[in-house]
Amino acid sequence: MSTKTKPEVKRSTKTKSFFRSPARITLLIAGLFFIISLVESITGAKDISSPGTSGATLRFAIPLLMAGLGGLWAERAGVINIGLEGMMIVGTWTAAWFGYLHGPYIGILAAAVFGLLSGLFHAILTVKIGIDQAVSGLAINLIAAGATRYLSGIYFPPVGGDRTVSPPVETLPTFTVPIIAPFFKSIDDLDIFFISNLSGIIYGVTRDISVVTVALLLLVPITSWILWRSKFGLRMRFSGENPMAAESLGINVYRTRYIAISISGMLASLGGAYLALVASSVYREGQTAGRGFIGLATVIFGNWRPGGVFAGSILFGFTDALRVRQSESVMALIMAAGMVALLLAIYYSTSRRWKPAGVSAAIALFALWVNQRVDTIPQEFVTVFPNFATLIVLTFLAQRLTPPAMAGMLYRRGSE
Amino acid sequence: MIKNRFFWGAVAPVAAILNSLLFVYIILTIRGVDPIEMFKLMLSYGFDPRNLVSELNQTVAYYMAGVAAAIGFKMLLFNIGIDGQYRMGAFFGAVVGAAVNLPPILHVAVIIITAMIAGGLWAAIAGYLKVRRGVSEVISNIMLNFIAAAIIAFLLSPSLLGSLPKGSQNVQTKPIPKSGQMPTIKAFDGEIYTFLFVAIAVGIAYWVMLNKTVFGFNLRATGLSFRAARSSGVNAPGMIFVTTVLSGAIAGLVGIGTLLSDTYSYSMAFPSGFAFTGLALALLGRNHPVGIFFAAFLWSFLERSAPVLEFEGVPPEIVIVMQGTIVLSIVVAYEVVARINLRQQQRAVGNVNADASSLKESK
Repeated sequence: MSTKTKPEVKRSTKTKSFFRSPARITLLIAGLFFIISLVESITGAKDISSPGTSGATLRFAIPLLMAGLGGLWAERAGVINIGLEGMMIVGTWTAAWFGYLHGPYIGILAAAVFGLLSGLFHAILTVKIGIDQAVSGLAINLIAAGATRYLSGIYFPPVGGDRTVSPPVETLPTFTVPIIAPFFKSIDDLDIFFISNLSGIIYGVTRDISVVTVALLLLVPITSWILWRSKFGLRMRFSGENPMAAESLGINVYRTRYIAISISGMLASLGGAYLALVASSVYREGQTAGRGFIGLATVIFGNWRPGGVFAGSILFGFTDALRVRQSESVMALIMAAGMVALLLAIYYSTSRRWKPAGVSAAIALFALWVNQRVDTIPQEFVTVFPNFATLIVLTFLAQRLTPPAMAGMLYRRGSE
Repeated sequence: MIKNRFFWGAVAPVAAILNSLLFVYIILTIRGVDPIEMFKLMLSYGFDPRNLVSELNQTVAYYMAGVAAAIGFKMLLFNIGIDGQYRMGAFFGAVVGAAVNLPPILHVAVIIITAMIAGGLWAAIAGYLKVRRGVSEVISNIMLNFIAAAIIAFLLSPSLLGSLPKGSQNVQTKPIPKSGQMPTIKAFDGEIYTFLFVAIAVGIAYWVMLNKTVFGFNLRATGLSFRAARSSGVNAPGMIFVTTVLSGAIAGLVGIGTLLSDTYSYSMAFPSGFAFTGLALALLGRNHPVGIFFAAFLWSFLERSAPVLEFEGVPPEIVIVMQGTIVLSIVVAYEVVARINLRQQQRAVGNVNADASSLKESK
């Protein structure tokens, strides 16, 4: 890290290139991970980097990721999709019901189709008719919840389900990556500091993975490619940034938004299908548990970029996994966060940026205090960590965020 | 003129309700039951005097949520945080009410004011973020709702502010003593909460504040045009903040009727989902205190009479779908009416211009 004095103005570009360079990102992650390994060996909380946790993280992260990508597609085209939660509910229900009738693959296909339709519904309401985007999204959430409960009451009890639970669906095949998984497992078993911890994580995400997981993960690079490399993606982002200018250059903003929001619904619904068919094997009422809103949060957290959404959903999936598995690990994690804050404080004070240095030092002290004084972190707070983190990001980093300029605004063709 | 305005004000809500009835009619026909029979059943069950009492009590809670949303709407604010604000209000109202010991009326007043302060302060977070940080109140309020629920779940644990009554699984706050409870009016085997009168007072205060005070004028002006209000000397950002807090304070009262006349303590059994209901009612009632009342009654009527469908093999959740459809229909209707008006205005302006230019040419 170069700490040579540079003109103040250039700082922002400097940080940008610093974070963008792949080598440095790798270095940062490795450093962070080193700290976690250190904390693990100090506290004896072995669960943070255990294969079980990394596997669970992936399982918890995928639904958030899909909701997040759904939110991303809609907002990049200029429409906020608060109906993500409802569209996920549509996905859980259709996947379970059609999965029960015709097998899990048809279930996923049905979830995709019905998700597409629910997205199209949101598009018609917000783009063509032009009603408030938040009202439309919230109404979709309500209608989806009500309609699935109504349909469950009719269809599930006669076939061995319950008013709130579907009959079980055949599970989808999983596989373990040959060579890689056993190799890392053997290293994990050796129990070497840092290296074994890292291998444990890799082992966790390469064993018993569902084919669906892999397919859905591929949607991150695909989304990225479409958004930044394809003609349609350019039009979509243009529609989100400045629809009037886009229209004047001959782009059909309405059609672009129709397509983008429909796909948004499909992605969220696939996230729901994952919950019903991969993370469990039944539909259960309230299964989505606000994940659509956390998906909305990952979009902000990820600064409206596919990679960012991915990172956000992994982070939130990780806290979710820890909450479910072992809450003591959360304490170890807070200790790790305290260490990071301490390092940041030192880094900032060497470059004489006293304000961020002070803030980091305060965070480090707070983490130390929590570590000394509090026995366990209440489950409730771990549950809302994503919401809290997003609020903090919005509060303190709002200047650094780059949302699509016209996301959430009404655009009518021919108006100013 | 007034008659005409009333007619046009009511036409969209009525159309929306009819539209959703049609929708439900179709669904019920598909289900294979006679929709007219179902509607009759719901009507007779819902208008049964005993059920009317509990509907009225529920209406009061919804009414507060509707007024809270309407205050926000007047400022073009989308207060989706009513859920969190209501929880904060009911919870801290219950905690303070159980902790203090005061003469009867004063005790109730303290609880109500505490609830308003708690709701208002919680809303102030979103207001601050909106005014000072430019954060959309929709996003911040959604997050704050989840955070409020978590904070209260945490504080409710018996080692902190909650208690676990003997033989019960539900943690709740300590009960409010007799002096802090509100009396009820006995009617038809039921008990009407006297909090109803507080709700009526709030409705009147809302109307007076909006239409008869400088503050209300500034509020409406800022809602209509932020820039125009600002350049005419209104502290527009300040107005946004104050309105948010006010909306939150009213939202803090949502659960108070139940708290002071029925449960006397706050527990996790307190219902959620008031945010969307409040917004829906404000939309349906056109932000008018009387309109919101009718909307709130419709909502609680639908919910109270839904279980009767169960006996006929129709899952009562159909009512939720119906509520959602009403909301969508109403906003679509407003949008369509607004567009027709705009087109007429444009046409009128166009005609005037055309006349003027033809006059010029003839000269």
